Formats: sequence, C-alpha cells, structure tokens
Amino acid sequence: MEALGLNMGFEETELRLGLPGNRVLSEGEGARKRGFSETVDLKLNLSSKDTSEKVKSFQKEKNPLPRATDPPAKPPAKTQVVGWPPVRSFRKNMLGVVQKSSGEESDMAGGNNAAFVKVSMDGAPYLRKVDLRMYNTYQDLYHALGKMFSSFTIGNCGSQGMKDFMNESKLMDLLNGSDYVPTYEDKDGDWMLVGDVPWGMFVESCKRLRIVKGTEAIGLAPRAMEKCKNRR
Amino acid sequence: MRQDLTVQQMSEDDDRSPPLDLRCGAAPSINRARNCSGEAVSGSGSSTSSSIPASVPVTVTEYQSQYPDQVLEIVLENVLQFLTSRRDRNAASLVCKSWWRAEALTRSELFIGNCYAVSPDRARGRFRRVRSVVLKGKPRFADFNLMPPDWGAHFGPWVCVLANAYPWLEKVYLKRMSITDDDLALLAESFSGFKELTLVCCEGFGTCGLAFIASKCRQLRVLDLIETEVTDDEVDWISLFPEGETCLESLIFDCVDCAINFEALEKLVARSPFLRKLRLNRHVSIRQLYRLMVRAPQLTHLGTGKYGPSEVAQRQGDTEPDYIAAFAACKSLVCLSGFREITPDYLSAIYPVCANLTSLNFSYATITADQLKPVICNCHKLQIFWALDSICDEGLQAVAATCKELRELRVFPMNAQEDVEGPVSEVGLQAISEGCRKLQSILYFCQRMTNAAVIAMSSNCLELEVFRLCIMGRHRPDHATGEPMDEGFGAIVRNCRKLTRLAVSGLLTDRAFGYIGKYGKLIRTLSVAFAGDSDMGLKYVLEGCPKLQKLEIRDSPFGDAALRSGLHHYYNMRFLWMSSCRLTRQGCQEIAQAMPRLVVEVIRSDDEEETDNYVETLYMYRSLEGPRHDAPKFVTILR
Repeated sequence: MEALGLNMGFEETELRLGLPGNRVLSEGEGARKRGFSETVDLKLNLSSKDTSEKVKSFQKEKNPLPRATDPPAKPPAKTQVVGWPPVRSFRKNMLGVVQKSSGEESDMAGGNNAAFVKVSMDGAPYLRKVDLRMYNTYQDLYHALGKMFSSFTIGNCGSQGMKDFMNESKLMDLLNGSDYVPTYEDKDGDWMLVGDVPWGMFVESCKRLRIVKGTEAIGLAPRAMEKCKNRR
Repeated sequence: MRQDLTVQQMSEDDDRSPPLDLRCGAAPSINRARNCSGEAVSGSGSSTSSSIPASVPVTVTEYQSQYPDQVLEIVLENVLQFLTSRRDRNAASLVCKSWWRAEALTRSELFIGNCYAVSPDRARGRFRRVRSVVLKGKPRFADFNLMPPDWGAHFGPWVCVLANAYPWLEKVYLKRMSITDDDLALLAESFSGFKELTLVCCEGFGTCGLAFIASKCRQLRVLDLIETEVTDDEVDWISLFPEGETCLESLIFDCVDCAINFEALEKLVARSPFLRKLRLNRHVSIRQLYRLMVRAPQLTHLGTGKYGPSEVAQRQGDTEPDYIAAFAACKSLVCLSGFREITPDYLSAIYPVCANLTSLNFSYATITADQLKPVICNCHKLQIFWALDSICDEGLQAVAATCKELRELRVFPMNAQEDVEGPVSEVGLQAISEGCRKLQSILYFCQRMTNAAVIAMSSNCLELEVFRLCIMGRHRPDHATGEPMDEGFGAIVRNCRKLTRLAVSGLLTDRAFGYIGKYGKLIRTLSVAFAGDSDMGLKYVLEGCPKLQKLEIRDSPFGDAALRSGLHHYYNMRFLWMSSCRLTRQGCQEIAQAMPRLVVEVIRSDDEEETDNYVETLYMYRSLEGPRHDAPKFVTILR
C-alpha cells in the first residue's frame, strides 16, 4: 500500500501499548497520511489526531441508511464514532476493570505538542510541572526552573552538552558543591543528570525531573558518563 | 483603606458618563418618575454631581436631607438588593439609566454563560461589587471529544481581573473552563474571605493547585470538584488544610483520581464540625469510610469510595466494622452516591437510611435488578435517582413502584456502544412514566425504543422540563413498528407544556423538527444528532422556537440555507454548534458578515487543511468583544 511507502514500514516494528483491538484503527482501513497517529494514546481522552481520523472516516458516510435490523457485531473500528454515544470519558473509563494507578501516565493533556513533566525539588513542598517543548536549550530550562524554585540556586550543569560530562574532574567539582543539580528519569527508568544528551534527545526521553543537592547526585555521575560513552 | 476605595468608586459613579449599553440598541431612557428625571437624560452627569457624603456607603439606610433624587436612589439600591434572580435584574437594569446604575452597584452575583461573550474588563467595569462569579466556557459537545484540546476557555485572564477588582469575592463557580495551577494559586492568594470553589467539568490543573486552595483559603466552606480532571502531582493536598477547626461544609473530590492521605483526611473531618457534604474518591476503602462516618454523623450528603471489602481484609478474616450502625447513626443523611467497585452484599448496610433518602446515585455501581430491589423498595421519598442500565427494565419497574416522588431519573449505559443488546428499553420507560407522575427531568440511554412508550411518558409526566432520550444506535427506528421516532418526540413537545430542554435521537425525519418548531415554545436547549432529512428540519426549529438559547447539532444534513433562516434569532442565543453537517465556508461567512456581534468560529480537528467542501465544526456565539485573541491555530474566526 502507498501508506507503507510513506511511513517506511515502521508500523510493524512500532511498539504499541494497551490491549489489542483497543481503539487502534485497524490496519485494513486504507492509506493514511499519518501512520503515527495509530499509536494508542496514553491519555484518557482521544488525542486530537485520533479524533480527526475518526471524524474523517465518518464524514465519508454522509447519508447512512436507516437500519431496520441490528447488524451483526462489527469490529469496533468501523462502527465507533467519536463522541457517540454521548457518555463522558470518565464514566466510560471508571467502569473498566483495571483502573490506572496514580503513578501511571496521566500527565496533563496538553496539545499534541506539549511535553509536560513533573518537577520536584528536594525540600520544596509542592510539585510543579513544565512543558519541555516551551524551551529550546538547557539554559532556558534552568532559567525557568530557577524562577519556579526561586529560593534555590541550580548549578550550571552541562550547558555545553556532552563535553562537560566527558571531563570527569569538572563533573566532580560540580557535584561536590552545595548547589542543586537537576536530574531526570529517562524512558528506561534510569535517573540521569540533566545535560548529558543533546537537548532534542533529552526532551524526547525525559519523563520527570528532580532537583537534588549536588552531593546526592554523585552516584549518577558514573552512569551518566557510561551512557554518554555508549551513545557515542 | 478599603472604605476609601468604596468612596472613590462612588464619586466615580456620579461623575462618569454612562457606559455603553450592553444591548445592541440603546436602552430607552424613559423618564418614568420624577426621581429619574435628573439622571436619565444627560450623559454628562452634571445635574446630580452633588456627591454623596464621603462617610455614607451606598447601601446605607439612613439618608441625608439632600436632593430627593439622591434619597430615592438610595432607596432604590436598597430595594434592588432583594432582587436575586439575574433575569429580574437584567429587566430592572433596562428601566432607565438610574436603575441601570443602581442595579450594577447592587448586583453581587455575576453570571457569565459564555466566557467569551464579554471580557473580564467589561464585566468589572459595570459591576463593581461582586461577591460571586459563575463562568462557563466550552460548549457541551467538547465533553465528547468533538473539540480538539486547547480550544480555549482559559480562566487565567479572568482570575487576574477578578483579583484586582473584587477583593471581597467569596464564591467562584466554573464550568468547562481550562484552569492552571497558577490560576488557583492566584485565586487562593487574592481573596481573604474566599468561601466557595466549585469546578464542574474543568481541566488543566492538578493536586498542586488544590494544595494552594487548601492551604491559603482559610475561610473555605465549599470545595466541590465535579466531573473535573485533576492530574496527580503527588501532592498531599488534604494535609494542607489549616490546623484547628475549619469552616468546611462541603468537600467533594470523587473525581480526583489520586491516592489520598487518609490520616490527614480523618483528622480534617474530625475538626470540621460544619461538614455536611462529603464525597470520597475510589481510593478510600470501606473501612476508612466507616471511620469517617463515625466522625461525622451529621453528614447530609455522602459519597462513598470503594464499596466492598479489600482482598487483604477478606483473607485475614478480620472482623468487619458495623456498617449498618454507622449508617443508622447518620440520621440526617439524604443523599448517597459513590459505590465504586461495589460488592452488592454490602448494600444492606444502607437500609437504615433509605427511608429518608431524597437522592441516590448508583451510576458507578453495576448492580442488577435483584440487588436493587431490596434497597429501592424502602426509598419512598426518593426524588433523584441515577443508575446504570444494569438494573434492567425490571429494576426500573421497581423504582416506578415505590418512588412516587421521583423528580429526576438518569439511566447510564454500562456498555456505551452501538449494536449491542441493551438491558433497558421502552418497557422501563413506560413503567417509569406510569409510576413516577411527578417526573421533571429524565436522561435515558437505551438501545431500542418505541413511539408508544415515549407518547405514554408525554401524557403521564406533564411536569417534564427536561427530556433527553439517547437511543444509542444511530438512526434507529421504533423497533416495534419500524417507523421513525417522530411521533414520540412530537408528543413530548406537544403535551409537556413546561419543557425547556430536549435531546433527540433515533431515526428522525424533518417532521419531528416540524413538531418541535410548532410546539416547543419554551425550549431553551436542544441537542440533535444524526437526525433530519433536509434544511427544513433546522429551519422549523430556528423559526419556531423563540426561547431557544443553546442549539447543538452533529452529523445532520443541515446546510447554509438552514443557517440563514436563523439570522433573526442568533443574537438571542448563547451559542450554536454544528459539526459534521452540510455547512460550507461561504455559508458561514455570510452569517459572519451579516451579524457583526456574532463570533463565527470554524474549527478543524488538528492542523490539517479542510479538504472537504464542508466545514467540520461551526461554533458561533454572540459577543461584545469581537474575535478572541487566544484562538488556537485550528480555529478560524470568520469576518
């Protein structure tokens, strides 16, 4: 199919989450411009991309004929229309057997382009959230974090990207200081020092941020350097 | 300092020129009585610029022997204090400029049905002394994913203005607004006397925001979160309520799907002697519920959390607390809800309170008719009943047999899909119509229905104000006769003379809309989906329903000609929503050009260009402000 050509055949290798048949638009639906939108949404609501797919597929049937008899059970992808029946999603969800635990992804449903992550700081009573896509560099991020937790200073960590991490002694100096150091949890579940990867890669892999005292982050240094070397 | 502020405002009141009238045509400045004559005519404010003495606040009952106008104005303001209905106040404000000003000074409850109809500054400019604000944002169909996220309805701009303008603000009620944690922080910090926060169908914030409210609003009486999305920021907001006795009267957080620090909650309940309404989330176990009930037997409204034993307790064979005694001790309980993840055996615990219940919400409980019956047969005073269709027609028959006082019924689907067998049908509806003759409001989801049952309801339930029937299969006809559902809905509008809200479904031709236009003279809200044959359908409604304020339509074959037929009425409406219909961009453009005070939004899902001839979604509303400045990329405002 033409779609495969455009998508470079990623669909087969794409990791999908959730139960099979769960809102994933079936493969047989024909060529589509955006293959990635078929990834099951982690958020409670349908993403707008998902919505557009379904609304478009419905708009094609502009004059559906009245049905005199109940048709036999069809695969969900064909008969389900966005927002119909008009039952709010929280009502639909709460009847499910498995409720999402509070630890799981329920990050604020921003637009498709938002990447909200929780930010906690040791000693601060409240968590905050930041949208990583609002920033273009690590400096911007530190600036914003600094404003949010203004009574603490955040050490200048890795502003030159990977270079600093390769310099072991420089890194150790930083971590031995009393400044706060931002760390983050990446997709693999590892806690890393912020700044060890190029900004774009960081935004993609960061799941949450934690600002810790320099001394506490020392344990992360070797791992950070390991990962840096491996990525090279 | 505050006193001075009031004085300043008052002298401003006298000196300023009358602001623009909020109606398109200027309000007639009628010289009704001699007390108005000095003020109504001139805009310069010269005639009565004798200022009220500085020490006299506007609402004082004593008066100086000044000009009779002044005295009568003060009297007027005192009288207007007693007008609470906003419709009455709107009418009063149109009598003349003097009444307009007096009303503006004495209105303490501000209701804004569409946050984009008026700007925060304009509202602040007219109403100077507001204690309570109601703000509504997104249209209802946004609840069903028909609108992309980030459309708007931000509370931010409002809270900034409110914070400056109304330091005495006590109550905020928001519906379908987008709220951030920072907004809540600002709210918490700005109003020292803040008492009530109610958020319905809102989103955009997390437990962070709740933490600000809990910790800073020392006079808080009401914190109600209803069907609102709250992110789990892992903040223990419950422990942030102030130490010592609280003023809390109502704490509703069943939609906050985060773990709760139970010890803190228990202590909070223990030190809240005025607490009457408590609705827990599903993270509170039944044992914990017991402890809370023991602390708060004065509760009138209770929403349980998880209603069943935990597996751990069962395995350990712990002795169970005496739940029946706990319920029996709550002598004032009139409203019960919750019952999440229910173990039906435990329902017997609520028997002691059934006789007093006026409201029972089982819409999260998958119980059968047999499980419902022993409960419902005692609920003679029940007025509000919400349930899942798992109770089947048989359960509804049991309701009809006992609940003669029923005013409101909602039956939600356990399985919200089409093309499945449904457990409730026309049988249940018929039974309810025969047993519950005082019914005022019904929302009924089903898979099949007949005209006969709907007609029966129309003649049995003459008090109906809200009739919302959702036959989940699209275009389903009367399953007994194969005919459209036109006659059923026709009977509803014809016989139910008090009907103000209607939602239709099933197979419907233009005829049904003809009936609605002909008989639905009081209808204010109409919801239409997958219905009608042609433009005539919409025309009938727009031409026939003079009170129509909110019209939401999806997937129906109405086009530009139909849209044009409503030009005479759109300024009287709060909004019109039409999605997946047959509107073209030109058609919408015409409306935008013909009606400058209408904001005509064309909404695409996502960034894709419109490939179709037809507009995906039209959302239009009257507004004094013109196109909004916060519209996202997928919204185009036509001019």
